[in-house]
Amino acid sequence: MSTHRTGADSTGVEVVLDGLTRRFGDVVALDRFDLTIAPGEMVALLGPSGCGKTTALRILAGLDRADSGHVRVGGRDLTEVPANKRDMGMVFQAYSLFPHMTVADNVAFGLRMRGVGQKQRQARAAEMLDLVGLQTQGGRYAHQLSGGQQQRVALARALAIEPSVLLLDEPLSALDAKVRTQLREEIRRVQVEVGTTTVFVTHDQEEALAIADRVGVMSEGQLEQIAPPEELYTRPRTRFVAEFVGLTNRLPATPDGAAAEILGSQVPLLAGSATAGAGIALVRPESLSVAPSGDGNATVVTRSFLGSLCRVVCELDGGPEVVAQALIEEATDLHPGVRVRVTVSRSPVLVVAGD
Amino acid sequence: MGWRLMRWALLLLFAVFFVVPLYAMLDFSTRQAGGGRTGEAWAALVQDPQLSSAIITSLLLAALTVLGMLLLLLPTMIWVRLRVPKATRFVEFLCLLPLAIPALVIVVGMRNVYTWVNYLISDSALTLTFVYIVLVLPYAYRAIDSALSGLDVKTLSEAARSLGAGWPTVIARIVVPNIWSGVLSAAFISVALVLGEFTIASLTNYENLQVVINLLGKSAARVSVAASLASLIFATVLLMALSYVGRGRRAQEGSLL
Repeated sequence: MSTHRTGADSTGVEVVLDGLTRRFGDVVALDRFDLTIAPGEMVALLGPSGCGKTTALRILAGLDRADSGHVRVGGRDLTEVPANKRDMGMVFQAYSLFPHMTVADNVAFGLRMRGVGQKQRQARAAEMLDLVGLQTQGGRYAHQLSGGQQQRVALARALAIEPSVLLLDEPLSALDAKVRTQLREEIRRVQVEVGTTTVFVTHDQEEALAIADRVGVMSEGQLEQIAPPEELYTRPRTRFVAEFVGLTNRLPATPDGAAAEILGSQVPLLAGSATAGAGIALVRPESLSVAPSGDGNATVVTRSFLGSLCRVVCELDGGPEVVAQALIEEATDLHPGVRVRVTVSRSPVLVVAGD
Repeated sequence: MGWRLMRWALLLLFAVFFVVPLYAMLDFSTRQAGGGRTGEAWAALVQDPQLSSAIITSLLLAALTVLGMLLLLLPTMIWVRLRVPKATRFVEFLCLLPLAIPALVIVVGMRNVYTWVNYLISDSALTLTFVYIVLVLPYAYRAIDSALSGLDVKTLSEAARSLGAGWPTVIARIVVPNIWSGVLSAAFISVALVLGEFTIASLTNYENLQVVINLLGKSAARVSVAASLASLIFATVLLMALSYVGRGRRAQEGSLL
């Protein structure tokens, strides 16, 4: 789906957020938050609302101030630099095109602020609109565009100033599902093309996993884990990450050293797992296999069709309900009420101490 | 049929109610002592030095009040909206306060302040600008506030800031063009209010248009009525312009490129 590559010939700069703390009254929005982003890299900050991801982005943009900590971009300390001198392009969640200006004027606004001549502004605005596929819309006003088009123009406007860092604050959340998917691919294409270091804030895990080089999962003002999407999904380091990213089953487990016994199978443990005592294994649906069996350990409750896959919900004997994923052809006999055997694959799992 | 008749009857009634006094003013102001018509009273509007100076004073007061009101109110309201939204209610309360205080009380309260204003700045009638700014605040606040409510000021100004605009640019180039109808409404209503203001000017012994009209009413009644009618027409034209503007100007067509 996405290319997952950092712009190698990037013009991006390194971004370092160092020990950022921000309180709003009694609420701690950011708690000694550290993050280093490589030049040209796209990092998505993912987390539930109130986890501090937008606060981190706004502090980076200079639109909010940290109580303590530093913001460094390209080796320069920007902590005290106002937003209009930071040289960052930002796309907002809310539509932010200036309603009294044409699309082309919007895109050229940042250049005008930098004293760029009229001809160059026009040329650059046309070039940027071309980049986002809106070359014919330069003379229109924001209210004449669809939501997706407005966000595209906002992206072109943010990129027109050739910013050192591109900041995207949930730019897709106001759009409908189909446009979201299209536009996120486009954002990634443009980002790779221009090679700008980019921070993308979202609460949508699918979005984050689809387009970022690395995804940082945040909770209560701190970074729980930051890793490439595949690693985040297959090797979550904390219970929060395992449960927030993707569907997760909670199964009783008995860890013992480097492995744990789950549903009768020995499964290797991920780093950070509990190694003794009664535990709970956090298992992905695709790591569970379900097969009809008269002397099985579960009963099928429901089966839902997801295109090439089927999602099967089973109730374990004397245990919780689990969700498994199976190929269509493997699930033909898995009707509700059928006795089945649920087993766990050998891919490593995270086991946490039992509740 | 019955409804239609009723509608016309009402319309006629209102027209009579409004037009007859105006016609009577026009009739009286153009009547000659021995019979016939004359434009003397209207000519006196510009020829009478006391009246023309009062007209200039009132027009200057209106312009200065609008200027002062906008300089005070626009940045304050935008700033409050962006930075201290909690203070919105307080600012609104302060701005609406002049509505609740009778002019007489304002004058008594202002007397001490004006002693200093006269001593430190000037004793010109134009110093009434200060008290007029306070007087127009409730109306101007409402007009600008409703225009600001229709705009996502926070996001737009943050977008402009991130693109390199300083605060003065954000206000002048981004916010004001988008609340232009509100700003114009505030300006027009302030002008109408200042041109019609009598109580405070009279009680503080300054000569503005209304005070002089009142004085003339005692010596040259026709001129005074002509001046009243002229200021009424001027205010009506202004208010019609206001309602036209208020009908919602779409995006300005001016181009930055």
